[in-house]
Amino acid sequence: MVYYIIHRILIAIPVILGILLLTFFIKAAIPTDAVTALYEGQVTEGEAAEAIANIRAKYHLDKPWYQQFVIYVSDVARGDLGESIRTRQPVMDEIGYRYVNTLLLTFSALAIGVSVGVLSGVLAAYYKDTWIDVTATTFSLFGISIPAFFFGLVLILVFSVWLRWIPVIGSGWQGLILPAFCLGLIEAAPLSRIARSAMLDVLGRDYIRAARAKGMRESTVLFRHALPNALLAVVTIIGLQVGNLLGGAFIIEVIFGWHGIGELAVQAIQWRDFTITQAVILVGAGTYVLVNLIVDILYAWIDPRINLGT
Amino acid sequence: MSNLSATLTPVPSGTTSPVRKRSGFVWLMRELAVKRSAQIGGSILILLVFCALFGNWIMPYDPFLVDALNRLKPPSLQHPFGTDELGRDILSRIIYGSRYFVTISITAAAIAITGGVTLGLLAGAGPYWLDSLLMRIVDIMLAYPYILLVLAVVAILGPSLTTAMVAVGIAAIPGYARLVRGEVLSVRQTEYVEAMRALGASQTRITFRTILPNVMSSIIIYASYATPLAVLSAAALSFLGLGAQPPIPEWGAMLVNARTFMRTAWWTVTMPGLAIFISILAMNLLGNALRDVLDPRSSR
Repeated sequence: MVYYIIHRILIAIPVILGILLLTFFIKAAIPTDAVTALYEGQVTEGEAAEAIANIRAKYHLDKPWYQQFVIYVSDVARGDLGESIRTRQPVMDEIGYRYVNTLLLTFSALAIGVSVGVLSGVLAAYYKDTWIDVTATTFSLFGISIPAFFFGLVLILVFSVWLRWIPVIGSGWQGLILPAFCLGLIEAAPLSRIARSAMLDVLGRDYIRAARAKGMRESTVLFRHALPNALLAVVTIIGLQVGNLLGGAFIIEVIFGWHGIGELAVQAIQWRDFTITQAVILVGAGTYVLVNLIVDILYAWIDPRINLGT
Repeated sequence: MSNLSATLTPVPSGTTSPVRKRSGFVWLMRELAVKRSAQIGGSILILLVFCALFGNWIMPYDPFLVDALNRLKPPSLQHPFGTDELGRDILSRIIYGSRYFVTISITAAAIAITGGVTLGLLAGAGPYWLDSLLMRIVDIMLAYPYILLVLAVVAILGPSLTTAMVAVGIAAIPGYARLVRGEVLSVRQTEYVEAMRALGASQTRITFRTILPNVMSSIIIYASYATPLAVLSAAALSFLGLGAQPPIPEWGAMLVNARTFMRTAWWTVTMPGLAIFISILAMNLLGNALRDVLDPRSSR
């Protein structure tokens, strides 16, 4: 087990380096010279040229790219993500609390998505071809088709504007309810599909027939024998779903005014603030890799059939 | 070549002869025509393409015409979907907007499939070093959540409608590349490819005439998942102000201003939102039917 964990972490290292390299090139590829843009029309040309040269030296923009990359990696390793081109504040200060907010939203949505999705998928499989199955399948088809931003607006319209149950932009946990449900319910749709097909697969297995033949109670068969095996398939894709959730969170945050890194990223792209854009993309991708690493290790721990030697 | 494949494919005994060909465009259309979900999804998509092509003749009003006297009017006989904050007819704007939806879908899918298939074929059928190089790049790109990859492209190219289409297409390339490469590697092992090679067919001929047609159904199945996602992301970009910009009546962009008037004029948000929802639903319905036909194992 320890060997497996070390092996899995070693595999993740080149991927993280690759992410750093690609993220680094995002800045290099942005054609608008943000430094020039910053000083355009603000001072006389001579002053601007001098200021630009100073800024270039400060951000190491005058060095060759590989040296810039080494500086970038060592900065990131020390937790220094640079400072915002626009506000001149350290990016870390801006991202820190927003990152916590995004994680809070993502994992609340994950909890809602997994419970609703797995429950509806399992029920749909167990009551295959009945109205329960048809309802669950239809809702999951709707869930994968509805745009997250439209669903969010509909929720605001219904629960905040018409029913007045929840304020549109609430603070603390009140502000979390609608966005978390919005994201969670959308996420429940693909999970429900996967849970349904995994459960159908398991229910057709010989050990379920054997369990029933022994005269076990149906609830025991379902919850003790079938469900744990079906859940294994769900666990594998949860890591991948976190990627979707992070992406969905970016849109949901803007609609509900939830101050997370997604909201920040959208503003930063509009402002052409490349350090913030770069930092958000790095943090997002890093989180995704980390979550998948944890899921892989958890999976090996849950499923003894995984060959730990490899 | 057709003689060759006929002799190599084992014909199951007991089936009625002549053996019905189970591939090709005509066969696919015939199979789809009897599926309910393909009928519904297909009809909606055909209607969309019709609106995109002939919208100018069926729009009741000019979609850009500002009518200050009829601002934010609820749905009525004159304006079935109501009017927006500038008095523009929402139904006309939605009909006009269908051309953006169709263009985005086709462009995004074309970029993703062309790029992904090219990279996948190069990696799967090309030299080993190229395979390793391309797959490491794909691995890294797949380590990003899809929307982050899209945002990265938008950050580089700058927000616009074209950028949105290109970005959602490019971000989908690594998924296709990984899939095609895997399929190519497995098809390469089959006996019919070996037979082609023994007959002295060139690598290019084998790749394009034998391998590619055999991985086509996997590509279509993957596209049936990936395309609706890409189009949804493009609409989301417009909604975030990173894609099509108002006053362009792209459906996602129509929601940007509408948000402000949501409390008093629900139809400004609901109508364009429903247009996106129903169109994506149609794509997914057609996708379900395609998967049923091409991959019988998926429908249980």
